[in-house]
Amino acid sequence: MQIVTATQTGKPAVRSGLSAHALADATLYGLTAAAGVLTIGLVVAIAVTLWRDSAGLHRTLSQVWQFLRGTEWDPVAEHFGALPFLYGSLLTSALALVLAAPAGVGAAIFLAEVVPGRLSQLLTTLTELLAAVPSVIYGLIGLLVLVPWMRQTAQPALSRWLGFLPLFAGPPYGVGFLTAGILLAVMILPFQISASRDALMAVPRTLREAALALGATPWETIARVVLPEARPGILAGTLLALGRALGETMAVTMVIGNAPTLSLSLFSPGYTIPAAIANEFTEATGPLHLQALEALGLVLLVMALITHLLGQWLPRRLRRVAR
Amino acid sequence: MSSSRLAVHGRRLFSGAMLALTGLCAFTAVTLLMGILGYLLVHGIAALNWAFLTRLPVPVGETGGGIANAVVGSARLVVLAVGLAAPPALLAAVYLSEWRDTRLASVLRAATSMLNSVPSIVVGLFVYGTIVVRQRHFSTFAGGVALAILLLPMTLQAAAAALEALPGSLREAAFALGASRLQTLSGILLPAAGPALLSAVLVAAARIAGETAPLLFTAFNNSYWSPGWNQPTASLPVTIYTYAISPYDDWHRQAWAAAAILLLAVVATSLITRGLLHARWRSHERP
Amino acid sequence: MKTAWMKAALGVAAVLLSGITAGSTLMLNGAGSTLAYPLYSKWFADYGRSHPGIQVNYASVGSGAGIRQLLARTVDFGASDAPMSDEGLARAGFPILHFPTALGAVVPFYNLPGVQAELRFTPEALAGIYLGKITWWDDPVIARANPGVRLPHQPIVVVHRSDGSGTTYCWTDYLSKVSPEWRQRIGRGTSVNWPVGLGAKGSEGVTGLVRQTPYAIGYVELLYALQNRLGYGSVQNAAGQFIRATLTAVTAAAAAVPVPADFRVSITQPGPRARTAYPISTYTWILVPRHIEDAQRRQAIVDLLRWCLTEGQKEAAALDYAPLPRAVAAAELKQLELLR
Repeated sequence: MQIVTATQTGKPAVRSGLSAHALADATLYGLTAAAGVLTIGLVVAIAVTLWRDSAGLHRTLSQVWQFLRGTEWDPVAEHFGALPFLYGSLLTSALALVLAAPAGVGAAIFLAEVVPGRLSQLLTTLTELLAAVPSVIYGLIGLLVLVPWMRQTAQPALSRWLGFLPLFAGPPYGVGFLTAGILLAVMILPFQISASRDALMAVPRTLREAALALGATPWETIARVVLPEARPGILAGTLLALGRALGETMAVTMVIGNAPTLSLSLFSPGYTIPAAIANEFTEATGPLHLQALEALGLVLLVMALITHLLGQWLPRRLRRVAR
Repeated sequence: MSSSRLAVHGRRLFSGAMLALTGLCAFTAVTLLMGILGYLLVHGIAALNWAFLTRLPVPVGETGGGIANAVVGSARLVVLAVGLAAPPALLAAVYLSEWRDTRLASVLRAATSMLNSVPSIVVGLFVYGTIVVRQRHFSTFAGGVALAILLLPMTLQAAAAALEALPGSLREAAFALGASRLQTLSGILLPAAGPALLSAVLVAAARIAGETAPLLFTAFNNSYWSPGWNQPTASLPVTIYTYAISPYDDWHRQAWAAAAILLLAVVATSLITRGLLHARWRSHERP
Repeated sequence: MKTAWMKAALGVAAVLLSGITAGSTLMLNGAGSTLAYPLYSKWFADYGRSHPGIQVNYASVGSGAGIRQLLARTVDFGASDAPMSDEGLARAGFPILHFPTALGAVVPFYNLPGVQAELRFTPEALAGIYLGKITWWDDPVIARANPGVRLPHQPIVVVHRSDGSGTTYCWTDYLSKVSPEWRQRIGRGTSVNWPVGLGAKGSEGVTGLVRQTPYAIGYVELLYALQNRLGYGSVQNAAGQFIRATLTAVTAAAAAVPVPADFRVSITQPGPRARTAYPISTYTWILVPRHIEDAQRRQAIVDLLRWCLTEGQKEAAALDYAPLPRAVAAAELKQLELLR
């Protein structure tokens, strides 16, 4: 009876006559629980520190609103508006998702449904290695390879064929929103592929076999039976990828042009929150400048947490609805 | 052919076309990776030689410098981060797997995944404000702490998953034989999950080895060796960044070479951990 | 498995223990100006070679960062091409001394394929380009000053600093003096609200970006343009002369402006009487706290500064930085005695 109790309750069981064991287990409990509390404490400490260090910018709700919708970032006049950075972060991440999500799901379908086991594992390993490449190396390749190509080849071509659209207006700098979005797309692709492949492979084989037995083509099976089942997992992967894109710093700052602009054109240089912090933090001397950067950090943290929580909650919701 | 046979044909053709499209997606992903690795290796290997790895940087405008201090700096930062974060991460993972139904466990799970989502630059801000400013200098220690904060939740999640994946029969058999939790853990569970735990640490270490943003405000940079733990230090990612945005061709070549080294280290670690996990899978999961 | 763990543990121990041997060399940490970085990196390497036991580690992170790290006391000295303002000094909370170390020139440099001639820029042209009002290379304002040069009909890609920069301070200081619109709309500072342009980190980043981008224009210390073989223009000074940045022109600018006792001065756009002066020149300063507790560090800093003000001046010219006027250097040696 005592054995069963030990595995079922949350407390260390006291075993009759073996107090040394009890002491050891209590110590174990203490140490591990302390480690857990440390982890929780870290999250709280980070949030609290950012909140406290940006106090000058959120004394009142209207001040917060002014900060979020302000369009001018002026360290000389000590006037700070976060909108260009929010815009840049959201635009580049959205662009990255638009490029990476379909391609990622497509690749995952291929790896999960079309290719036989051993080859699938090998190819998956290869795509997951993409996730291991550090951000600064993506930035290096972006700056020295992608940017010149964009400036000399891709952007002039887009200008010629689609230049009438405001999306592709303006001279080809090479750096800008589009380049950053493309680079981000490559960086988040492995996350989308990995999560989608896991979701697809978790769908029971019987569903596929039933569909095929009813005369569906392989694609129809995938599109109408497997994908809907895997949708929660795929969505979780997309949100994970979004979270990564929002927090990306180095690769983005090397190819985005570092200019806080609110332009519709994808060729325009821009700025994101992490890039701004990286560029300005070590030198902000004005009293409000530093707090403004910490406030930007807080905004970024909130966006990352919201994306994360959505990534946990939304798939669960979808699964419940599907049932 | 009847119209229904035609329709079936059409559907089959469409199916084939769509699957080919997915193949194109996969092909793109793999080609991208091969392209990145290949480009890096081609450009990097050309500049790699023993002198490059063992020399210190030289003044701006001169050629012939090296990245010795950056390589050593990165190694020390990663080892410090692992030393600081791996023990609490493993301990907390033990808590999650042993006392999984308590309130602390569910709060911990939530906190871990939240900590995992904190962008690395925000961690840099935090460590700057708490350690660098208070200590009045940039330091390897501060850089190590920043990397440790990034390492902790990654290792925690992977280690907890590894421990929770162990069959319950192992625990029950141990308890049935009168073992305490500690004995069960040290004698049976940890050895069984050993390779998986090690790979959890290695994978996280490989990830943080490439982090740049948090080091910008903590470890800063150094053109010399960094003695002790309280001086700023050079590191591979910061060196790559600084050299990449510069106008000097010599620095660009050094950036490629440094990137090749970093990438090789990271990829090698990934492959090693994969090997570890497969070995474990093969030896433990046979029914 | 056990031996593998043992080996790993030994490896880890070795790396960790490497931290204990702190060594007997004293390491001074400085940070700041990218404008002076080529000079300082040569200076400090030479100083380290001739003075065993001292290593001076300098991080080229921009004047703004240099000042900030000095204020936070995370570095021993800061380097800046922008003198600290009265408010900045008041806010510092401790007295800071300014030591000019050399003179530099900020030049408008460009990447114009097909144009070999050296361009001439009027103040109106520079202000107009950076205000975003002049957007084509063949704009009449630019063309007027360059008769006989075939300027391409291409949009100008403006490049500026994305980080806090003394070079920016010098540039915006000059623009504020020559353009009332600039002074009103933007003002002077190490970080400003640029109306147009791409941002790059550090003088290195600006040079790299202009070098990579055809039809781009940027502003940077003379040496960066020279080292990377990029064309740079001459600028019209207050006397109406188009002056190319040379050591003599920069020295003339410094000579035209008297230096106050605390060495904080701006020498951009000296008056019309300085006919040969280059109008976008600047001193570059090393900033140190007046009171340094650690006696060993204090002595090391005093020795370093003394070397920079005497021996170092001989090397400056070789790197295209103008040496300090002799009177200024002598006055600074006196200021060294204030460090205690």
